[in-house]
Amino acid sequence: MTEQKTVTVNMGPQHPSTHGVLRVVLELDGETVIKATPVVGYLHTGIEKTMENKLYYKAIPCTDRMDYLAPMSNNLGYCLAVEKLMGIEVPEKVKWARVLLTELTRIKSHLVWLGTHALDLGAMSMLLYTFRERESIIDVYEAVSGQRMMSTYIRIGGLAKELPKDFDKWVRKVLKQVPQGMQDYIDLLSGNQIFINRTKGVAVISAEDALNYSLSGPMLRGSGIKHDLRKASPYSGYENFDFEIPVGRIGDAWDRYLLRLEEMRQSLRIVQQALDGMPEGPYRAHVPGVVLPPKEDVLYKMESMIHHFKIITEGFETPRGAVYQAIEAPKGELGYYISSDGSNKPHRVRVRPPSYINLGALPKMVEGRLLSDVICAIGTIDIVLGEVDR
Amino acid sequence: MGLEEKIPDSIILTTVDKMANWAHKRSMWPLGFGLACCAIEMMSTFAPHFDLARFGMEVMRPSPRQADLMIVAGRVSMKMAPVVKTLYEQMPNPKWVLSMGACASCGGVFNNYAIVQGVDRIIPVDVYVPGCPPRPEQLIDGILKLYEQIEKESVKDKREEWGRRIG
Ligand code: SF4
Repeated sequence: MTEQKTVTVNMGPQHPSTHGVLRVVLELDGETVIKATPVVGYLHTGIEKTMENKLYYKAIPCTDRMDYLAPMSNNLGYCLAVEKLMGIEVPEKVKWARVLLTELTRIKSHLVWLGTHALDLGAMSMLLYTFRERESIIDVYEAVSGQRMMSTYIRIGGLAKELPKDFDKWVRKVLKQVPQGMQDYIDLLSGNQIFINRTKGVAVISAEDALNYSLSGPMLRGSGIKHDLRKASPYSGYENFDFEIPVGRIGDAWDRYLLRLEEMRQSLRIVQQALDGMPEGPYRAHVPGVVLPPKEDVLYKMESMIHHFKIITEGFETPRGAVYQAIEAPKGELGYYISSDGSNKPHRVRVRPPSYINLGALPKMVEGRLLSDVICAIGTIDIVLGEVDR
Repeated sequence: MGLEEKIPDSIILTTVDKMANWAHKRSMWPLGFGLACCAIEMMSTFAPHFDLARFGMEVMRPSPRQADLMIVAGRVSMKMAPVVKTLYEQMPNPKWVLSMGACASCGGVFNNYAIVQGVDRIIPVDVYVPGCPPRPEQLIDGILKLYEQIEKESVKDKREEWGRRIG
């Protein structure tokens, strides 16, 4: 009688297809995965703790660095939470601009996902194409904020500065270039037998399991559950926009591939609507002592300058209490829970990171499957380690 | 002078240093290894818009055994530090390290319990590229600076460090 033996294999933290520094300890029987244990924490940055030591304003840059593929979504979640805490109502224009920019962010994040996922599965050239389109969105980022990635453009009560004059031009370029690029991706991947074989029926998660693991975003919708916070509890004026929520059928990697492509199309629709209907108005709410006054006023008005100085040096007092604000980030429900003790710094900031919670379903998706499916499963979850470990 | 006239055209005279430095410089393979946000900018640098292939380094090596340059792209956490050090030690000589971004160079905005305050505390760094994240142009500039540095290297000085192989 031969003895059955399993082998334990360590994948990561330095592995090209773990999207950063994820480590998965795999117990294998031949090529079959018996047990998969994700080990996280290799990028633990202490961001939540750092935010506790900063004024409300100064904590915004920390949020960029969590999900660094979608910085603006993180900014938005945090700023909405603080605005909720302070009871600030932002002008219409700000809402529309925020929607436009976060939808561009969604496309940008999905582009990186598509490129890296296809790269992991052997379609090397996809990455080159998706990064080509991504540059056009980065141009918008750069036009509005001067930074390519970490824009910190969305601020409490408004935006960092006025939208640039040629904003229109940059966004229209994206609207023109991304659909063309998407046609290329479809031509390259949708009929590609290798890609189909490696994603169809792989990394399946049923609707019931998806709910039990409290998955969100494309991971949940891929299993056929139509839940999107933009529709379920609209924030930042999403109720004014006309868009569809795509869902998958059986919840495999292929479904999620189609779903994310469709989401990109819907995002383009929202961007188009937001660009055409952008209302006029101020780019920051007028709440003296809490929201920074516009820069032009700071230069010429004594009062504004004092407010500016006070906010930057001392911050603002907040009411005691706690708020939770969730948004539909590209990867799922991104929530900020802020507990305030009445001082000018948050007492505790807790983030509900979508990719961390989605990663919890990894063992369920790969156990009993082949080793090579682990790569596909990690890719299809769309994790960003900055957000997983914070 | 005299010698060059006598030898056939197919022979070029040079020094060992020049030859070695030229070879090191022109086919430097980076370790395919990203840590955080900066890694995304590093990927942009490899992508078509900036195209690092122009400098002979489009091949990312997933294995440290085949890599010459370690680009530390991102923040190094306390948990990751031993891994980074091991990776560095696994790379064969000659090897270089480029610290990309504020976090890798000095801890960046995260002056806290979790982040190593500069990767130079655990491994020697040749070039620092500031920025959060540095633009791809900055990274390319950093790499060109590294090339300049390599040009000044001498095989003789490195002999001890590299072992007896070229002895
Ligand atoms: S320097 Fe900035 S962009 Fe780079 S890893 Fe640190 S926080 Fe991220």
